[in-house]
Amino acid sequence: MAEQTKVKTLEKVVIRFSGDSGDGMQLTGTIFSNLSAVFGNEISTFPDYPAEVRAPQGTLSGVSGFQVHLGSRKIFTPGDKADVLVAMNPAALKVNVKHLKPNAIVLIDTDSFKKSDLDKALFTTDDPFTELGLTGVQVVAAPISTMVKDGLVEFGLDNKSALRCKNMFALGLVCWLFERPLEEAMHMLQNKFAKKPVIAQANIKALTDGYNYGNNIHASVSTYRIESKKAEPGFYTDVNGNKATSYGLIAAAEKAGLQLFLGSYPITPATDILHELSKRKDLGVITVQAEDEIAGICTAIGASFAGCLAATSTSGPGLALKSEAIGLAVIAELPLVIIDVQRGGPSTGMPTKSEQTDLMQALYGRNGESPVVVIAASTPTDCFDAAFWASKLAVEHMTPVILLTDAFIANGSSAWRIPEMDKYPEIKPNYVSNYQDEKVWKAYRRNKESLVRYWAIPGTEGFAHRLGGLEKDYETSAISTDPANHQKMVTTRQAKIDKIADYIPELEVIGDEDADLLIVGWGGTYGHLYEAMETMQENGKKVAFAHFKFINPLPKNTAEVLSKYKKVVVAEQNNGQFANYLRGKVPGFNPCRFNRVKGQPFVVARLVEEFTKILEA
Amino acid sequence: MTTEEIKYQPKDYKSDQYVRWCPGCGDHAVLNCLHKAMAEIGVAPHNMAVISGIGCSSRLPYYMNTYGFHTIHGRGAAIATGVKTARPDLSVWLVTGDGDCLAIGGNHFIHAVRRNIDLNIVLFNNKIYGLTKGQYSPTSDRGFVSKSSPYGTVEDPFIPAELALGARGNFFARAIDVDLKNTTEVLAASARHKGASVTEVLVNCVIFNDGIHRKITDKDVRAERTIFLRHGEKMVYGANKDKGIVLDGLKLKSVTIGQDGYTLDDVLVHDAHEKDNTLHMMLAMMSGDMPIALGVIRDVEGPTYDEAVHQQIEEVQAKNPTRKLHDLLMKGEIWEVK
Repeated sequence: MAEQTKVKTLEKVVIRFSGDSGDGMQLTGTIFSNLSAVFGNEISTFPDYPAEVRAPQGTLSGVSGFQVHLGSRKIFTPGDKADVLVAMNPAALKVNVKHLKPNAIVLIDTDSFKKSDLDKALFTTDDPFTELGLTGVQVVAAPISTMVKDGLVEFGLDNKSALRCKNMFALGLVCWLFERPLEEAMHMLQNKFAKKPVIAQANIKALTDGYNYGNNIHASVSTYRIESKKAEPGFYTDVNGNKATSYGLIAAAEKAGLQLFLGSYPITPATDILHELSKRKDLGVITVQAEDEIAGICTAIGASFAGCLAATSTSGPGLALKSEAIGLAVIAELPLVIIDVQRGGPSTGMPTKSEQTDLMQALYGRNGESPVVVIAASTPTDCFDAAFWASKLAVEHMTPVILLTDAFIANGSSAWRIPEMDKYPEIKPNYVSNYQDEKVWKAYRRNKESLVRYWAIPGTEGFAHRLGGLEKDYETSAISTDPANHQKMVTTRQAKIDKIADYIPELEVIGDEDADLLIVGWGGTYGHLYEAMETMQENGKKVAFAHFKFINPLPKNTAEVLSKYKKVVVAEQNNGQFANYLRGKVPGFNPCRFNRVKGQPFVVARLVEEFTKILEA
Repeated sequence: MTTEEIKYQPKDYKSDQYVRWCPGCGDHAVLNCLHKAMAEIGVAPHNMAVISGIGCSSRLPYYMNTYGFHTIHGRGAAIATGVKTARPDLSVWLVTGDGDCLAIGGNHFIHAVRRNIDLNIVLFNNKIYGLTKGQYSPTSDRGFVSKSSPYGTVEDPFIPAELALGARGNFFARAIDVDLKNTTEVLAASARHKGASVTEVLVNCVIFNDGIHRKITDKDVRAERTIFLRHGEKMVYGANKDKGIVLDGLKLKSVTIGQDGYTLDDVLVHDAHEKDNTLHMMLAMMSGDMPIALGVIRDVEGPTYDEAVHQQIEEVQAKNPTRKLHDLLMKGEIWEVK
């Protein structure tokens, strides 16, 4: 029977693990992506889980998914549609129909496809595949629950504990399908359940049983081989965006010689930043879980005043609550990093879904003329660099910086080359010890070139001073309501932010020099836009791609880049906020737009279709 | 001369800014008491941070020659929490008013108290919004007539002591603006207390709520209408020191010593250090026929948040030698590409 098995060698493949939110699909997906990364594949992952902690078992609202995109060349997105779907119950199958390729392999647990299971998922017939119109898929149907229970008899586990291992059986099957050795998965399970050796062994047994089952029945489906790729030498680890953001802050604190302080309040999808930094007491990180969002940022402002690298992490609704305090940091000219992991809005919106709808809020959502630096991270691993940059600009320019990430890159992960910190730039706080002027120092005296005021840390003798939310006199730093002075301070605060353009990299354009279409994006859509450009080039189109990381101020060459191309399309997951912003900054700029606000990542195929239409119009 | 030998004077804590409160405002007196109390404590001005929210009293940091931060409405407690958690070595003061602290900032206030972060909170209570020109505040009595309650309020006030003790406060004191000596004593005691200390100062708003505390603060009634509590001392008061507080069943009662069979022995001795706050609550809530309790009503030691945060970091570091991000990452799940 062995000859029936076809081995397909592919450049890329998309696998989606899906089941009840209690079925352990996130763990299964994580282990599979990690072992694939170790194996030498490029990976990109996307967890898609319900907002409810435990929705009713077997129902459509309780389906939790984890998508992995593997490839032998650079992978930037978790992929549009799945080549392989693991569906632990009928609800998982139904929810994922739209995420499936027509000829996909679907792996199901027949024990969970009984009449009652089909009823819970609102099927009306006993043939879910026909009912869903899935006529082209190859089904691998295995009585997973039964086999797991039988296989684990020797461990003497109760029924519930034994059945918890069925996700590992499914993982074993997938490992067989992709010709993955099991050693790495076993190693990960041993670490994961280090304190429960019996559970670790039971999981390993289920994993092995699943693999052997696939191997023994030689299910007559294609197996896949994804070639491994030669990456840049070095040490790698798997990292998601929220972790990378946390590490970026730590790295910046190390470079600046400052203690890192996070003031935060739990909010999906940003909470993992609070979790990670709370663990990092070994590295001296202080975290305060505050009583609310406002206290989150206010404790951080207090810590900044006291001399820390201070940050606060939140999502859209929390950013709204922090607005007034950001204004305080603007007028007090204190360094502060505000991380907004964007999610679906408005209001509570869709907490676990991803959007780019907070851009205007970040840029302008405050009373008064209150400019801040705005940066956006483009990929999970780029969150590290973006958080490092945000901290550097905050500390060196004495300003709040808003770092925009989103649920997609915050939860998505990819392999990350562990950086050598000596290759990163210095961070030099503008301490009051740098002050050199014949005039006596005052709190709002500035560096003449950068317009940055000097940071006098409490405890420093001779520099006691008072800051506050009231307007201050340019010269004396005392409270002032003088009209001309206010104008001068408003202009100066704006100019200080504008000057930061001199300290950031220029905008890069990738793709064809003589492109007929320039794709413009910002933030977490980088991967999808990049792949869309690549696909269009493969289709013989001349396209280029410019992706913005620095949003306020914009890179100095922005106008020059944008006016070079005949056609420009700005693609974003909102109703055109960045396009409108660019129109205000670049005279005469009138781009085409591609806007989707579904809470889901872009679909590359759809981007290619739309961009091609624009190009050919 | 080393730092330890410097003897600070009240003027060392005064800034060069002109004090802009209305002439006759009770805040002037409290500011002077604060300068004196700080000199008495002797912490160098540059090792102090005075934080405030918004309101008349919250202008105070500008009049101090210390590090200071006049922040936003109600959020002073949260910002002070950040300062103190980051830098437990600083002496951190929070200056706030009844509106700032108990209305818009109520949440931050109770949590700062609950966490027992080592802040010296000075709550100026004039039972009115002065800066916005005369609206009732969360401490205004039911029926109080103001610009925003022309027919009288229909809500009950907070009693700051009740709120502070309800939030598990370990230090509560009360003072009146017209008694400089006792206010200075109480403020110094609040600074000596390790943990969150709340000192309510009853202040007069000469413009919008003149005389609100007159029934207890006027010279001719003060001795009969107030009792100044000191730890370890008998709870006696009155112009002739002939009145005392005794326990009558489960209630407090004011008696005249030598009348109705009461002797000095029956009068309670104030124990501010008692962990059980029942009696402190009863003392703080005295009103009506009873004198208003002033002085340090409760002063109990407890673990402070700021110290605990740093202690936990030290404990983790004692067990774990990793100090650099790169080393941490190399200890995780990694693989090498050669």
